[in-house]
Amino acid sequence: MTKTLKTLLLSGAAAVAFTGMAQAQSADGVTACLITKTDTNPFFVKMREGATEAAEAAGITLQTYAGAIDGDVESQVAAVETCIAAGASGILITPSDSRALEPVITQARDAGLLVIALDTPFEPADTADATFATDNFEAGRLIGAWAAATMGDAAADARIATLDLNPSQVSVDYLRNQGFMTGFGIEVNDPTRIGDEDDARIVGHDVTNGSAEGGRTAMENLLQVDSGINLVYTINEPAAAGAYEALSAFGLADQALIVSVDGGCPGVRDVAAGVIGATAMQFPLRMASLGIEAIIAHATDGTMPANTEGLDFYNTGVMLVTDQPVDGVESITSAEALELCWG
Amino acid sequence: MSETPKSGGNDYEAQLAKSSVAVAEFDHAPRGLIGTVQHVLHANPTFVPVIVLVASIAVFGVIAGERFFSPFNLSLIMQQVSIIGILAAAQTLIILTAGIDLSVAAIMVLMSVISGKLAVQFGVPAPLAILVSFAGGIAAGYLNGWLVTKIKLPPFIATLGTWNVFFALNLWLSGAQSIRGADIDTTAPLLKFFGNTIQIGDARLTYGTLLMIAIFVALWYVLNKTAWGRHVYMIGDDKEAAELAGIRTDRTLRQVYMLAGFICALAAWASIGRVGSISPQSFYEGNLESITAVVIGGISLFGGRGSIMGALFGALIVGVFQSGLRLAGVDVLWQVFAIGWLIIIAVAIDQWIRKVSA
Repeated sequence: MTKTLKTLLLSGAAAVAFTGMAQAQSADGVTACLITKTDTNPFFVKMREGATEAAEAAGITLQTYAGAIDGDVESQVAAVETCIAAGASGILITPSDSRALEPVITQARDAGLLVIALDTPFEPADTADATFATDNFEAGRLIGAWAAATMGDAAADARIATLDLNPSQVSVDYLRNQGFMTGFGIEVNDPTRIGDEDDARIVGHDVTNGSAEGGRTAMENLLQVDSGINLVYTINEPAAAGAYEALSAFGLADQALIVSVDGGCPGVRDVAAGVIGATAMQFPLRMASLGIEAIIAHATDGTMPANTEGLDFYNTGVMLVTDQPVDGVESITSAEALELCWG
Repeated sequence: MSETPKSGGNDYEAQLAKSSVAVAEFDHAPRGLIGTVQHVLHANPTFVPVIVLVASIAVFGVIAGERFFSPFNLSLIMQQVSIIGILAAAQTLIILTAGIDLSVAAIMVLMSVISGKLAVQFGVPAPLAILVSFAGGIAAGYLNGWLVTKIKLPPFIATLGTWNVFFALNLWLSGAQSIRGADIDTTAPLLKFFGNTIQIGDARLTYGTLLMIAIFVALWYVLNKTAWGRHVYMIGDDKEAAELAGIRTDRTLRQVYMLAGFICALAAWASIGRVGSISPQSFYEGNLESITAVVIGGISLFGGRGSIMGALFGALIVGVFQSGLRLAGVDVLWQVFAIGWLIIIAVAIDQWIRKVSA
C-alpha cells in the first residue's frame, strides 16, 4: 500500500471518528503517541488519563511511553523512534531535555509526524510543530506578585530562598524561577539563568529534584546560610512539603511564607492546611486532550495548531490558588481548586 | 645385647634441646616511612576515611567558618546522611561478600509505601503495618539471595533486575501518589517515630540518626565478634576456601541478603520520619549514593576487606562536603564534581594500600 493511499485511508477513518459515527477501535485508525518524562509523577498520570479519554472518545489508538526518571533522555529517544516505526500520525511529548531531543524530533517530523510538546517547551520552541503548555513564567509571576502583596511593606526586607529543580537549568525550572522574581519585583539579569540576580534580598538557591526529600535537605542547607528566611519559592508542591518539614524542625514554620507551582491535589490540600501560602495551578488533562484533538485534526485535513496571541506556544491556562486573596491577582480558593486539581 | 647404650648417639631428647624453638616466620624487609604508613593503613582499614573526615571538617570549618562548625550544623549533617547511611550499612554487608546490591533504595521506598498504604489508607494498626514492611524487606532480600546462590546470577545482574521490579511495584502500589505528612500525623504518627529529636545543647539528634549509629554498632559487633560475621568476610575474600573450610557459603550468603533487606526496611521506617511525607519518587539514586558512601569509606569492592564503620564515615564525608560547599556558596554542580573525585581518590588509595598484601 502506498504511503499516500494509507494516509488517505487513515484520514478517512479519523474523519469518521470526528463526525461522531460509531467507530470500532482498530489499528487501521489514527495512532497517536504520548511520551511523558516519567509515569511516576501524578501530573503525567493525569496527562495520560486526559489523552486516553480523548483518544477513546475519538476512537483512535494511543500508545504511551515514559522515561524512568525526570531527565531520562535515552528512553524518550527510543520511544520517539518506536513511534516513527509504528507509523503514528503524531507525537505528544514532554521533553526530559529541551535541547537533547532535537535530532530525533526532526527525524519524526521529516517522517511526516505532527510533534507537539506538552508542558515543557523545546529550545528553540520550533523544534516541535507546536507547544501546548502552562505559561510557566506567568505561573511564577502570579505567586511572586501574590507574595509581594501579602508581605506588603515587609517585602522590601524579604529574605528569599528559591528551591529549584536540578543543576541542568531546564526551561520549566528557569521560567518559574524568573517569573517569580519578576512578579515579586526583583530585577532579573539573564531570563534564562537562575541565580544571576544581584538583589541582596536573595539568600540563595538550592536544588530539590522536585521531591520532598530534596526539598527538605535544600531548605535545611539554606536555613544554615540564613535562619531569617521568610519567603520560600519552590519548583513544585512535593518540594514545598519537604521545605515545610525543614522549617518545622527548625521551629520556623510560622516565620516563612511558602509559594509553589503545580496544583496537584496533595498540594491544594497543603494550601488549605496553611502549609503552602499560594500555588499556581496548571491543567495537564487539558494539555493532553487538546493535543489529541490537534493530532486528529492534522491527520484529517492537515490543520496546524496555532499559538496563543503574543506567545510562542498555546497557553493551556494557569490559575492562582490561595485562601488569602490579594487585590490585583485573580485567584480561586483551595476548596474550589479541589474540584479541579489533578493527582 | 645386655650392654647399656652409650650416651649421645640415641639420646634424642638431649639433642632436641639444642634445636631451634622458633616457629616459622616471615622475613621483614626494612619498610621505610611510606611502607610503614602503608602497613598501618592496611592493618586498620578505617584510618583513611577517619583522616579524610577529620581533615574535611577542619578545612570546611576554616572556609565556611562558624556556621559550618557549630554543633547544630554538624548534627544536621548527621541527620541529612542518616537514610543513605543506613542503606550504606546494608550495602556494606553485600559488598563484603564481593557482591553489590543495586536494589537497596528500591526495597526501602517500596517498604515505606507498603507501610504507609496499610496504615494511612487501609486503617491497619501502625505497628502491624511496620511489621509487614519488615517481613517484606526480608522477603525482598531473600529473593536477591536466592537469585545469586540458586540461579547463580552475578549479584550485579540479579539486583539490577530486582531494582526495576521493586521500583515498578512501588509505582503500582502507590499509584505514583505521595501520602501527605498531615495524613500520616493524624492516622499513624508511629510511622514518623524516627523524626523525633533529642536536644543536647545546640546539637539536635533525630531518632533516625541514633538508629543509624545503633545499626552500625550492632553490625560492627556481629561482623567482628561472631563466627557468622567472620564467615561473611571469609566468603568475600575467597569463597572456595571458605567452602573447603566447611562454611555453608550459599546459606550464609542468603542470610546476608536477608539481613540487608531487613535493614532496608528499617531505613524505610526512618525515611518517613525524615522526609515527612511518603513520596514514591524520593531516593531514586539512593543505591548509587549508598555505594558511594561504602567506596569512600575504604571498603573494597573486591570483597572481604574493610570495616563496616568505614561506610558510616564515608556517608559522613559526603554529607560534610555537601554541607561545606553549600555554606561556602559553591554552585551545586561543583558538589557533584567533588563527590566524583572523592570516589576516584578513595579507590585509588585503597588499591595502593592493597599492594602491601600483594
